[in-house]
Amino acid sequence: MNPFNLLSKSFQNGVHPQHLKAQTQDLPIQRVPFGSLFVMPLNQHIGVPCKPVVEKNQRLRRGELIATAGGFVSTALHSPVTGRVKEIGEFRAYDGNFSQSIQIEADPYATQQTEVGTPIDWSSMTTDDFIKAVQQAGIVGMGGAAFPAHVKFSIPDGCNIRYLLINGAECEPYLTNDHRLMLEQPLRLLRGAEIVRQKLGAEEVVIGVELNKPDAIAALNQHIQPGDPVRVVGLEAKYPQGAEKMIISTIFKREVPAGQLPRDVEVNVSNVSTIVAIADYFDYGMPLIERIVTVSGPGVSYPANLMVPLGTTVRDVLQFCGGLKDETKEVIMGGPMMGRPIASLDAPVVKGCSGILAFTEDLVQTRTEYPCIRCGRCLEACPYFLNPARLARLSRARMFEEMEDYAIMDCVECGCCSYACPSSIPIVQLIRTGKDQLRNTKAKQK
Amino acid sequence: MNSVLIAPALMVGIGLFFGVIIAFGSRYLRVDEDPRIDGANKLLPGTNCGACGEPGCLPFAEKLVAGSVAPSKCTVSTAEETENIAEYLGVDVGEHDRLVARMKCGGGSVQAHQIAEYQGFEGCRAAAVVSGGGKGCIWGCIGLADCEVACTFDAIHMNSNGLPQVDTDLCTACPDCVDACPKDLFELLPISQKLYVECNSPLQGDAATVLCTTACDACGKCALDASPGLITMENGLPVIDYNSGAMVSPEAIFRCPTNAIKWVEKNQFEEQEELEVRGERYG
Repeated sequence: MNPFNLLSKSFQNGVHPQHLKAQTQDLPIQRVPFGSLFVMPLNQHIGVPCKPVVEKNQRLRRGELIATAGGFVSTALHSPVTGRVKEIGEFRAYDGNFSQSIQIEADPYATQQTEVGTPIDWSSMTTDDFIKAVQQAGIVGMGGAAFPAHVKFSIPDGCNIRYLLINGAECEPYLTNDHRLMLEQPLRLLRGAEIVRQKLGAEEVVIGVELNKPDAIAALNQHIQPGDPVRVVGLEAKYPQGAEKMIISTIFKREVPAGQLPRDVEVNVSNVSTIVAIADYFDYGMPLIERIVTVSGPGVSYPANLMVPLGTTVRDVLQFCGGLKDETKEVIMGGPMMGRPIASLDAPVVKGCSGILAFTEDLVQTRTEYPCIRCGRCLEACPYFLNPARLARLSRARMFEEMEDYAIMDCVECGCCSYACPSSIPIVQLIRTGKDQLRNTKAKQK
Repeated sequence: MNSVLIAPALMVGIGLFFGVIIAFGSRYLRVDEDPRIDGANKLLPGTNCGACGEPGCLPFAEKLVAGSVAPSKCTVSTAEETENIAEYLGVDVGEHDRLVARMKCGGGSVQAHQIAEYQGFEGCRAAAVVSGGGKGCIWGCIGLADCEVACTFDAIHMNSNGLPQVDTDLCTACPDCVDACPKDLFELLPISQKLYVECNSPLQGDAATVLCTTACDACGKCALDASPGLITMENGLPVIDYNSGAMVSPEAIFRCPTNAIKWVEKNQFEEQEELEVRGERYG
């Protein structure tokens, strides 16, 4: 590692996109009124889809279990609303594909009051029970990847967690949901951090926040008593600061080797929303049935930070924000760097959806693509030290097997290469295509 | 003076020593290879396409000489060339139904409704990983010509309706398009199988036809009209069982409300070109 890097509050490489958070960073979190129809896809998380345990026309209370985990890498699903099951069938999900979902019709006369359950006594739980409880609560990594949280918390024998790293970097432009959460609910975050820290047996909690959120850092520091095993670390505002391996490299100056996990360097990384969801479950018995979503971008009339029940359609959320402007061309779920454009506004908000962004025509125009001039800017941008230009050329030439020799599977599709490319080559899309083809070929061979 | 001579003498000595060993080795350890393998390999097309299931032409030639495959298994060679090989090896040509690539989707840009516009790298798989490429039907052809690019034999061309048209004369049934298609729409079928379902959507009834006018709505009329046992409805689509022994006739397609089941005489989608020219909305 570069010795000068030890002094800086950042990792090597990466890009500096505009922050563009001013639209929503001062807006408090609002609650979205309940819509009439909710769609809960069974594969909202990475891993095995869950198994429905409800029948058609069955009445549901808010927070009631509707599907159980389909395997270890899978979580439970709960009803976001009081109502009845309208249908269990194929519905269009956010990625454009049809997937098995439970459609719930909200009861228009219900108060939608969450029944506060009895606090769960977590301190006397064994680690195994804790992991099962987190799975039961349906909690996934809420930074965007939606990887089941309990899988991250199950530490195999021989591994030891020294640090619980809470990721409040929020490096994607536009998004402010984690920022608002840290600002408005610092006590909930610290409470959740304490629960997870004790259960994992970690020595210290480190909360990483980008330096463009000084108010969030101040709010957290205000509630940390001297002697608490918690510290807040300011990070340089740089993309992709919030990527798991990057934030570890920034704070602990340790590189997680390719193909290994943060637990191999004695760190567990969790998003702030995940930690708050865990605190809510153990204190109030509330499973994961809603999340904070930033609705922003030039195509939205009234940008906002919203508390949205899961399963609400993007259409309902946008309607609450005053609808889309006429010149809107593209709606993205997630951040502008890694999010996906959605093909239909009927797609539901899922556990991994951190933002809904609408862009107007001038922002989504495809720029003219020029040949690669071998400038090497993508190599300087890639935080994983890959060669994106070569990977893109191999993908274009359909030489997918050769791409494996260039460590294509280490790519996390952060998009720094495409952002940095002066020739406007869609590098990350070409790499994503290659990864998809390779995965497909491997699945066929099995 | 001496040391100058020692070095070349030593090299010559070592050379002679190993030369003698190699000479003996090649004399007594020789493996006789059948010269016919080389001969048969020369008669094969040499494209190494893999359509026969072998990694290339030479391994196929080895199997030919060993007698474990018939020359007709090579789908790239013409009938004449196959006969030449059979004559050269003194074996039977063998009966082998010619395979061609068939496309499971008939919903081009005219029939399948677009729900979103795709911008980005022009490739089906690239579009498929971004919200499915924009067509309402997620099981159908995206129409960005990954198969046309992948085809080694220039047998696939996109027609004006945005569907890949396979030229059955040029198609050698190598699995390039099968691997390239992100929706797994291509299958290799004997050219003699003329009744074919051009739809891949598992949806039934209006749910299917609202997305594409030529989608199979799973009404099951083809299964009723065909000889008993030929067609069964599975997962919202008719499945044609050519091994059932039932007679295959075009009767099955007459009552299809959406033209999803077709009688393919030679190439697929041949009728679409004409309809496009007349400006009619097909289906």
